[in-house]
Amino acid sequence: MKVKNLYKIVLVSLFVFWSTLSWAANTIKWSMQGDSLTLDPHAQNEGPTTMVSRQVYEALVTRGLDMSIGPQLATTWKATNPTTWVFNLRKDVIFHNGDKMTSEDVVFSLLRAQQPTSDFKEYISTITSVKALDDYTVEIQTKEPNPILLNQLSNIFVMSKKWANENFAIVPQNWDAGQETFSATNAMGTGPFKITLREPNTKTVFKKNRKWWGEVKHNLDEIHLLPIANAATRVAALLSGELDIVTDAPVQDLERIRSSGTHKVSSIEQMRTIFLGMDQAADKLRSGNTGDNPFKKKEVRQAFYQAIDIEAIKEKVMRGLSSPAGIITFPGVTGYTKELDKRLSYDVAAAKKLLAGAGYPDGFDIELRCPNDRYVNDEAICTAVVGMLGKIGVNVSLNSQTKSKHFKELKDDQGDFYMLGWGVPTLDSHYVFHYLYESEASWNKVNFSNAEVDAAIRVMEGEVDLEKRNAAIAKAWKIVKDDIAYLPLHHQVISWASKRSVDVPIRPNNEPLFRFSKKR
Amino acid sequence: MDNQRLTLLSRIQDSDIYFSFTKSPTAIVSTIILIIIFFCSFFVELVAPFNPFDPSSLSLMDAFTPPSWSKDGVAKFILGTDGQGRDMFSTILYGSRISLIVGFSAILFSLILGVTLGLTSGYFGGKYEMIVMRLTDVQLTVPSILMALLVDGIARGIISKELHDEMAIYVLIFAIGISEWPQFARVSRAATLVERNKDYVSASAIIGVSNIFIMFKHILPNIMRPVLVIGTIGLALAIIAESTLSFLGVGVPPTTPSLGTLIRIGNDFLFSGEWWITFFPAIFLVILAFSINLLGDWMRDTLNPKLN
Repeated sequence: MKVKNLYKIVLVSLFVFWSTLSWAANTIKWSMQGDSLTLDPHAQNEGPTTMVSRQVYEALVTRGLDMSIGPQLATTWKATNPTTWVFNLRKDVIFHNGDKMTSEDVVFSLLRAQQPTSDFKEYISTITSVKALDDYTVEIQTKEPNPILLNQLSNIFVMSKKWANENFAIVPQNWDAGQETFSATNAMGTGPFKITLREPNTKTVFKKNRKWWGEVKHNLDEIHLLPIANAATRVAALLSGELDIVTDAPVQDLERIRSSGTHKVSSIEQMRTIFLGMDQAADKLRSGNTGDNPFKKKEVRQAFYQAIDIEAIKEKVMRGLSSPAGIITFPGVTGYTKELDKRLSYDVAAAKKLLAGAGYPDGFDIELRCPNDRYVNDEAICTAVVGMLGKIGVNVSLNSQTKSKHFKELKDDQGDFYMLGWGVPTLDSHYVFHYLYESEASWNKVNFSNAEVDAAIRVMEGEVDLEKRNAAIAKAWKIVKDDIAYLPLHHQVISWASKRSVDVPIRPNNEPLFRFSKKR
Repeated sequence: MDNQRLTLLSRIQDSDIYFSFTKSPTAIVSTIILIIIFFCSFFVELVAPFNPFDPSSLSLMDAFTPPSWSKDGVAKFILGTDGQGRDMFSTILYGSRISLIVGFSAILFSLILGVTLGLTSGYFGGKYEMIVMRLTDVQLTVPSILMALLVDGIARGIISKELHDEMAIYVLIFAIGISEWPQFARVSRAATLVERNKDYVSASAIIGVSNIFIMFKHILPNIMRPVLVIGTIGLALAIIAESTLSFLGVGVPPTTPSLGTLIRIGNDFLFSGEWWITFFPAIFLVILAFSINLLGDWMRDTLNPKLN
């Protein structure tokens, strides 16, 4: 009997010990409206996906809290000649499974990100070869002198070669084709946190990596990512204390959160521009009723542009938290000027006239595709656009769906008229042109094609003379702006709401860096 | 024989139901409310001051106008506007029309299905009856909202997205209808079991009247009382089910909002103080369902002699 009781006592005290331990764990509960699309670090170039990968994976170089480039996996680097770069790696880095990180892994990851199924291949399309000189030195060759190589490399995450080999993850997951791979639900990086539980769209648990190489500046044991699509539910969960931080607090609730006394709100102009795309190459619109493609005519695109009352959207839908945009890039990016960012005037009469002049006096039918869980008030903006276009006689039907479906169908060339937002992680206009404007570019779903712009993009990639390079950027922006290749809406302002006891520094790219976060 | 030549009106005025109706204030009040709601919903183009689905009449700058009696209210928007600048009063009326159409059609669908199955199984009996009744048992164990969600999910799987938006209202009618029919089947079967052994049925059978004729011409009119009672209460349930499904986002598409969709949209603004966007559709739904239920209760009391 005595022995039995002893067992019980030991078990109970162990249980109590264990449960106090888990209470004592410093956990940040983080929520946003959508989840990361995949854990594969090279499969999807999308905001929240990178946000999650950034906590787990690391790159050769990275942007710090102040958005300047600094060393991460590489300690030093130099260009031995204009097209050759040598990176010296840290020697004390180990992956979450305990394997040492060497130049093999870096070479493997860079080559992996260049595979056809990678969504990051545009970042490093100028790289012609990657070689390991020894265990901790990597040599990268570029086609031409590349002035923005470091910016680009800051988004190419390094994963374990051995782990990828063992788990059939040598090439990135083919996300567009709906492929499911081991690497999409598991991660093996070197970052300050490791993923211990992954339930897509429900819960992702990050645990502190105790063997991380860097100086630990956070005091967290765990991060729980709990996506909640409904805005009101998300705010209710935050205010009730169930969540610690929401990185896309709904604009209509900021006042309520601020006045709670227990929570705080921080807002910053985000490095992201929201715009509408209009397919100008298809012979016939998929959702149209005219039998041709009205978007081929610039007048029609301009009519759409001038029919949109962006100030009303700013005031009523965004509650003042946006700045109307004339181009798809924002202050701080090389090539941005205030002059370019000016919009065409809002003028319904002019829009009607343009539409009539183009041969559509009675308008036409068209479908607007829209995500409903990606950008700030995305669905509400689209609904407002539907109403505004209705005023010039265009009958728009709205197809709003969750972002994973929206993006997949766009990539599948199913959209005539769609909403998209674009951030610029490299802080250089080249990134925008390379993805959105270059002929056949992967996100150029309006099928814009202009030889002069393509030539200017080549200059941006190879020109080290900054003056000439800037001239090329300015020229390219002027062409695409005059042609109304896209219909820019606004630069997004992002607001984070959190408990007062939680300190996660806000950054203009909307990426939290939990390695700098504290919770009291 | 002279009695049959009396006018319809005088027959109604002479009936027990009419007498009981005039003596029940709840029935009168709820009937008046329902008549007003039905009238406003079905002649909404005449009643509503705005057409919320005509984009040319909307202005985003009118968005979030509070109800007319509050400080920033505007007289032309009696109940305020939503986030798109739509007049709440008009939107609610248009929305209630969709809710009512779905509710009525769904209950009619389940009534026809349920009564047909219940009547035939009660009349024929045997294995057929057993199968139908076990089927209702199985279905009664599945909550009706769950059943409707299931049907909607399957429909989304087999119908393409574009087609689904057009078909959504039919899918919804089917989904709600299919989840309510066991009630009707059970009640009509029980009533049929009683009627089947009565002399008038045997008499018809002896002179060689066909089974179908006996069932639908002779028995059916005699079992309609209990069916109508649960039909009325079922109507309220169907309208609520439609709102629930739309609130969950699986009902009618947001471009043609029903009451449930309106409540869902307004739900996003509850914290920010724009309470009227969700409050008025919700209160309208409550009044509608409450009135139908009261009328149903009165009908049950009147039509069921045992309770008198």
